[in-house]
Amino acid sequence: MSENSISVTLDDVRRVAELANLDLTADEEPRMQRDLNNILGHIATLSELNTADVPPLAQVAEILGDQVKASAEALRPDEVRASLDRAVVMAEAPETDGVFFKVPKVIER
Amino acid sequence: MAVPMNLETLTIDGVRDAIAAKTSTATQIAQAHYDRIAAEDGKIHAYLALSNERALAQAAKIDALAAKGDPLPPLAGVPIAIKDVLTMKGSPATAGSKILEGYEPPYDCTAVARLEAAGAVLMGKLNCDEFAMGSSNENSAYGPVHNPRALDRVPGGSSGGSAAAVAAGFAVGTLGTDTGGSIRQPAAFCGVVGMLPTYSRVSRYGLIAFASSLDRIGPFTRTVRDTATMLQVTAGYDPLDATSSRHVVPDYVAATKKPVAGLTIGVPDEYFGEGLEPEIRAAVEKTIEQLKEQGCTIKRIGLPHTRYAVPTYYVVATAEASANLARFDGVRYGLRADDSTLSNMYRKTRDKGFGAEVKRRILLGTYVLSAGYYDAYYRKAQQVRMLLARDFMTAFADVDAIVTPMTPTPPFKIGEKSDDPLAMYLADIYTVAASLAGICGISVPCGQTTDKLPIGVQILGKHFGEETILQVAQAVEEGQQ
Repeated sequence: MSENSISVTLDDVRRVAELANLDLTADEEPRMQRDLNNILGHIATLSELNTADVPPLAQVAEILGDQVKASAEALRPDEVRASLDRAVVMAEAPETDGVFFKVPKVIER
Repeated sequence: MAVPMNLETLTIDGVRDAIAAKTSTATQIAQAHYDRIAAEDGKIHAYLALSNERALAQAAKIDALAAKGDPLPPLAGVPIAIKDVLTMKGSPATAGSKILEGYEPPYDCTAVARLEAAGAVLMGKLNCDEFAMGSSNENSAYGPVHNPRALDRVPGGSSGGSAAAVAAGFAVGTLGTDTGGSIRQPAAFCGVVGMLPTYSRVSRYGLIAFASSLDRIGPFTRTVRDTATMLQVTAGYDPLDATSSRHVVPDYVAATKKPVAGLTIGVPDEYFGEGLEPEIRAAVEKTIEQLKEQGCTIKRIGLPHTRYAVPTYYVVATAEASANLARFDGVRYGLRADDSTLSNMYRKTRDKGFGAEVKRRILLGTYVLSAGYYDAYYRKAQQVRMLLARDFMTAFADVDAIVTPMTPTPPFKIGEKSDDPLAMYLADIYTVAASLAGICGISVPCGQTTDKLPIGVQILGKHFGEETILQVAQAVEEGQQ
């Protein structure tokens, strides 16, 4: 990652939008391209730091000693317990037959 | 109401005492707040939904307790409102987004349930930036919140409604969430107290996730003592959040009563550099001077990686957001845009449902995680995150707390920065390092600009160092009186 190599093209924006299942309008694409380039240009300052010997920190529990034990205990007993009522959950769905969520056709024939 | 109350200065103890002394009832206090909201919130727009039925049922229960002369729980009858990214059964949870319009979660967030179990009267749901993404509350799909201290200015974000509701006398306390500053910055902008507990201190169950390794729930109140009470009630292990800590929950209110003499306060040079407004610098320096007069030792320290915090944050937070927000697909709840195929339905739903800032962050997060860029961006940012955490851990070997400005500028005008996302991100300079390191912090009012705009000071503590920062915050608050 070097500062001059960063340049997100319109094609990059379209590819990333597709990966993220976002539909961008023709107006949005150049705007997002400009914003991403500005932000990535700022993010490029991270390349000033030599991090070759630094372990990545994904979650702070990793650096809190007592948390390691806690996460080992995080498994709960494998018991059947009450969960949310199906009717209540299904009532939130845009389309349902009461048992399953319904979606538009997936496979074209 | 028998004894008129000033709703802008009312505290938790004020409510409990009035109910216990029978000078007022929980029902009267809740109704007085609803009346004020009805009269005033049109110009502030802090609330997205009211929960009158649930609130008044709880108030009646508290009044029955008081009538019998039974002991009152710690938040008895206290009107508390909830940021709309937290679930509250029976009320909508939009997260400030159109994609969740009409969604009513069938369960309570753990922190919300704990407040109610402690006697709180839950007033309703508060406006915020969409999915908590923003520093000005201008990204709410339901319109911006206006700062009660200056209506043409932003209240900060993303918990703008939570800060504004406390400042405007619409609730005695509120819950917000802080991923990169979203409690502390609006607290400073609205002149109230706001706390970021240590990561894992308060259960995240029922928090609509933005960035799971950063998201935290915390209180807004008018006094440090009230913040301690709300933290007391909400902190502690929750079997429904496997990341929540089993660390013992100490007596936070007792901590606010301890004198600060003998504590060592670190002052990091990196937080007093270019871009800091002179009036804010002066107010924070005066606060530090007052701590010194109360017997604290002041020590200059270095947090050398501070300038890398904003770029690190915008990689880590957006990467996690792009994964978390994949769940909004129009299948199980919320908005669905019609289309004849599944993939088109996904895309149309997300296009219609998400606002520009959310799309921008999903795109950025997807980009930094995509093939060929993962090591250069995401892994790199995680490594710098370690350096930032080490900066604080090294500093806390020598000092008990760190004092910094909360924001580089006072609240800005609505619309002033909304077209420049990078400028908005750069204003997070004093908040995101603590977020990445997982340490605790609190924002306390420490003065006003000549234009009467609030100024906040930030007090940072080590992991699970809440007692110490509450102790220092109390001293700062007393210095203001």
